[in-house]
Amino acid sequence: MHLLVCGGTGCNASKSQEIAETLKSNLKDKGLENEVQVILTGCFGFCEKGPIVKIMPDNTFYTEVKPEDAADIVEEHVIKGRKVTRLLYTDPENKQHVADSKHMGFYKKQLRIALRNCGFIDPQNIEEYVGADGYTALAKCLGEMTPEQVINEIKLSGLRGRGGGGFPTGLKWEIAAKHEADQKYVVCNADEGDPGAFMDRSILEGDPHSVLEAMTINGYAIKATKGLIYIRAEYPLAINRLLTAIGQAREYGLLGKDILGSGFDFDIELRYGAGAFVCGEETALIHSMEGNRGEPTFKPPFPAESGYNNKPTNVNNVETYANIPIIINKGAEWFSKIGTEKSKGTKVFALAGQINNVGLIEVPMGITLREIIYEIGGGIKGGRDFKAAQTGGPSGGCLTTKHLDTPIDYDNLVAAGSMMGSGGMVVMDDTSCMVAIAKFYLEFTVEESCGKCTPCRVGNKRLYEILEKITKGNGTMEDLDTLRNLGRVIKDTALCGLGQTSPNPVISTIENFYDEYVEHIKDKKCRAGVCKSLMQYIIDPVQCVGCTACARNCPVNAIQGEKKMPHFIDKELCIKCGACIEKCKFNAISIQ
Amino acid sequence: MAKIKLSEDKINKIKEICSAFGNKPSEVINVLHKVQGEFGYLPAELQDLIAQEMKVSAAHVYGIVTFYSFFTMTPKGEHPISVCMGTACYVRGAEKVLDEFKRELKIGVGETTPDGKFSLNCLRCVGACGLAPVVLIGEKVYGRLTPDGVKDIINEYR
Repeated sequence: MHLLVCGGTGCNASKSQEIAETLKSNLKDKGLENEVQVILTGCFGFCEKGPIVKIMPDNTFYTEVKPEDAADIVEEHVIKGRKVTRLLYTDPENKQHVADSKHMGFYKKQLRIALRNCGFIDPQNIEEYVGADGYTALAKCLGEMTPEQVINEIKLSGLRGRGGGGFPTGLKWEIAAKHEADQKYVVCNADEGDPGAFMDRSILEGDPHSVLEAMTINGYAIKATKGLIYIRAEYPLAINRLLTAIGQAREYGLLGKDILGSGFDFDIELRYGAGAFVCGEETALIHSMEGNRGEPTFKPPFPAESGYNNKPTNVNNVETYANIPIIINKGAEWFSKIGTEKSKGTKVFALAGQINNVGLIEVPMGITLREIIYEIGGGIKGGRDFKAAQTGGPSGGCLTTKHLDTPIDYDNLVAAGSMMGSGGMVVMDDTSCMVAIAKFYLEFTVEESCGKCTPCRVGNKRLYEILEKITKGNGTMEDLDTLRNLGRVIKDTALCGLGQTSPNPVISTIENFYDEYVEHIKDKKCRAGVCKSLMQYIIDPVQCVGCTACARNCPVNAIQGEKKMPHFIDKELCIKCGACIEKCKFNAISIQ
Repeated sequence: MAKIKLSEDKINKIKEICSAFGNKPSEVINVLHKVQGEFGYLPAELQDLIAQEMKVSAAHVYGIVTFYSFFTMTPKGEHPISVCMGTACYVRGAEKVLDEFKRELKIGVGETTPDGKFSLNCLRCVGACGLAPVVLIGEKVYGRLTPDGVKDIINEYR
């Protein structure tokens, strides 16, 4: 019997490590430590209901487990074979307990390919990965396939880059293979900088060997002998698991000289990023690895021709790599049957925001937004109305109610004014102001712009300032034209992918929520109640009983009034913190 | 160039780190990671020394330190507070939580309290979006925070 405890970042923050320890000590007390294994795995995905403990082989899925529950799990489930019902997931529709994750709304429509091993194996143990068909794809490539056949298989599968742009992976490999050089490099881009996306981190933490195996296959295909993983220094857990995995792979002869007796040499090292969003762009990433400021350079030359140390370099992202071994094992034909015509396979999304089931999901391409939000996501928090879903992070745009039934793939997202991006999907309801969201992303871009090219450095700053002006209630209708024109100029003239996509959040919100912009400008109103400058707190003299609770809690003494008499707010002094509303028991205070 | 006024052991430690990376200009970022891990921050004097050791200009080192958000030239507080401003946290009210920290500690983002106890920073996505909004104090993660809860958390460390 195995007790799988989620060791992903979210569950870890909710004491999953302590849960695993307590389970172990409880098992030891009962003399069961040799029969029952406790394994800290990668992310199960269902972060909303974490920490998660899964019992194998009967597939019982316990949610929101606390260290105190460990005794019951051991006593009841392990020893007596009875499920601990209070820890089971409750279906929100029929209020029934669901024991097996297969029957949960959150998992029913998912198809886990890149995340196939996350939550199932111990990421720190190479034998568990091997037991899950690990390194068989590498053996197949080295033993039975020529490099050309490997590239061809990936091309036929239709796999496209999962880092954002969606460039065909097989084609990228083919170009890198064509350039002859004494030394070539394979680089894994693990610089996940998109605020609200954490899929790469989850794969590295939950299944590091799949990335190592895929990079080695990549090396064999393009005749490179060196692999580098560029990873954020802010991901200590992922770094540790990778270092452990690399050590194990070397020990087993799966990295290093003469891998599996094939005569092929390949080794992998880590390179640490230091927090710069632009380093997700491949030329910037390469400059950063060389020890410089991570500024992008003009393409061509593409890294496939002249990359790291001016040698041919192939850069792919973590999720792309995680797909490779299973494509080799199951074949391109199997993979290309999943998804839509031009986007094959699955995509991992970090589903977050105002949604019931926050978590990491993997869905086949072509699924609709409606299925993701209402079936997997369990609908909007508090039963409110769906307003928008933002994909592609600071480079993407918003999908609205009119896109709910559009099949999600690379091309449809671009047509809708957004993009796939690395896979952040933030769901918003009517409490989000779309002008403020656009401003939020622009603030990010302004901060992260490397400053090399003028359109991005200066243009985005101007976009931000205009948005700031609108949210303060000082905007004009001409500002909307300026935003659109300037946005177009930046898109056309910026040097790299970051700059070329940075106006997307603005353009897309103007496109889809034009009325909201106009309200901010003409009516000086923010319907979501987010833009502080446009809000006024008002006490209704009829409802107010003069209890003085608001006046006592106002941090700036802006509320005045006699006891048992209606109070009023001094608009000049009010800092709009909202403390009074929270304290009023009579619903007498409103925002207008 | 500014005169270096560092203690002997500090100088030796830094020289040791630089030579561990072969004093190669391409290893500057790795050296900075190590040195910041050792000393907590990277003031100008340290950068000067690193530049000398790594045989690059001080401007090159300074350019790298200021380019990457992970490197800092000001010392962090004893309990560094990082408010996650990733999109998921933002739409679940991270800004209000940040405002409350600012008000309670009377410092702005990127500042340290005069007693050196707390420093306040924003970061982008810690990957615990299920717990949004999230705040890190040191290594400890606090999830599903509301402005009301801020004071109690700070008091744990006061």
